[in-house]
Amino acid sequence: MAPHELVRPYVAAFASRFLQMLQYRTAAYAGFATQCWWGGIKVMVLAAFYGGAAAASMPLSLAQAITYTWLAQGLLALLPWLGDPEVAQAVRSGAVAYDRLRPVDAYALWFVRSAGWVAARVLPRVALMLVFAGVALPLAGLDEWAWQPPAGVVAGVGFLVSALLALLLSTSFVMLLNIVAAASLNERGINALAGPIVIVLSGNLLPLSLLPDAWQTTLLLQPLAGVMDIPARIYFGQLGGAQALAGLGLQFFWIALSVAFGRLAMGRTMRRLEVQGG
Amino acid sequence: MLGFIGPNGAGKSTTIKILAGILRPDGGRVEIDGRDPFADRERHVARIGVVFGQRTQLWWDLPVGDGFTLLRDIYRVDPRRFARTRDELVGLLHLERLLDQPVRQLSLGQRMRAEIAAALLHEPDILFLDEPTIGLDAPSKLAVRDFVRRANRERGTTVLLTTHDMHDVEALAERVIVIGHGRVLADCAVEGLRAQVATARRLNDGLPEDAEDEGMTIEAVITRFYAMHGAAEA
Repeated sequence: MAPHELVRPYVAAFASRFLQMLQYRTAAYAGFATQCWWGGIKVMVLAAFYGGAAAASMPLSLAQAITYTWLAQGLLALLPWLGDPEVAQAVRSGAVAYDRLRPVDAYALWFVRSAGWVAARVLPRVALMLVFAGVALPLAGLDEWAWQPPAGVVAGVGFLVSALLALLLSTSFVMLLNIVAAASLNERGINALAGPIVIVLSGNLLPLSLLPDAWQTTLLLQPLAGVMDIPARIYFGQLGGAQALAGLGLQFFWIALSVAFGRLAMGRTMRRLEVQGG
Repeated sequence: MLGFIGPNGAGKSTTIKILAGILRPDGGRVEIDGRDPFADRERHVARIGVVFGQRTQLWWDLPVGDGFTLLRDIYRVDPRRFARTRDELVGLLHLERLLDQPVRQLSLGQRMRAEIAAALLHEPDILFLDEPTIGLDAPSKLAVRDFVRRANRERGTTVLLTTHDMHDVEALAERVIVIGHGRVLADCAVEGLRAQVATARRLNDGLPEDAEDEGMTIEAVITRFYAMHGAAEA
């Protein structure tokens, strides 16, 4: 089969979900407003925290910590803290049977759909956040509270690559949540469990480098660093050169591992599948 | 064209899900055109179409036409060939005015016609219809029946149909398999069922000819057949 024929179903499924999700503009605006509000609170907490400590010894400057906060708020929808609601609904309604009827790889089909769902939620929100914190705040004379540019061109490009890997990594975790939802016939339990863990370990709550020194190696190596903290560290040049490549490699490693694990788990779940009722 | 009937809970839908490769049988072996439906799932499902009357395969928020195009890409159908098949199905099932409507806005009858078209866009060899007329009004039922008959005759598509509407069976099926309690109770033409029921009544009643048998509706035949085999739902 020609390569473009091989990927055609997956490209179509991704594009369809992506374009469909982009239509939910009100949800994007509402999410953006909430994320600005929380971002503002977090920035104020950080400012108070920096004011009371020896700022010079901090691994991030206050300006960087503020930029990190806006970045994290803009990329909030990138975090894998919810399974794909469409999959959850298909599991509840039994429409999952139809997914089994498509002559394509079942894991890959769900993966691209979930990736389209995540990407379509992130892009409008991060663009709005960039306009607000990167353009509007400086124009309003609030420079010191603004989203600052990356450490350099290389850091900027590295960040974009890393953010793309973060999308894949996040989707591979969303797939694990999807599979648990399919196995347990309900998504609520796993979603409730995933939320707090993801918020803390991704760096969304607080940049991971501000957590205790003794935990740093573990924090950086654990898989959830790859969905937020590693891209941010590359953005600030905290990880530069070979270290940045190692960061990307680490993201790649966790993607490969969680995709492999997800495929295995999905195969097992589908062998045990029961589609009940008429 | 095969009618597959049995009381509620007899295992009709489960059998279809096994034949379609959705479920893995706990025991036994299934082979369709030399394929094991579960083990060769991707190859198998490319050659079959399935409609579950109680579920929807079209995307709720997408217009019908967009859903068809997405299915074209998922089944990797050649675009020109797809356009021809789609136009033909749209004409036969009267979907012209529905193509731009999101699926959630369709009535049940409209949706079922769109579902049947969706299951045939990739021109499958075998079509499984699991209660395709459930909940439909009389004109929609007739339209579905008429279309299924034509698909079977003109395209040569093999159709396996489950239903509780015995008029579907009478109108469509050349062969009927009745199941109950996990066993095949009959495998014959519809007239064969009628004959079996009539014979059993004559034996019980001791009456050589029962005028009632002649005019017995197909529902009465099936009801008595289930009762004969103790297969009515508990």
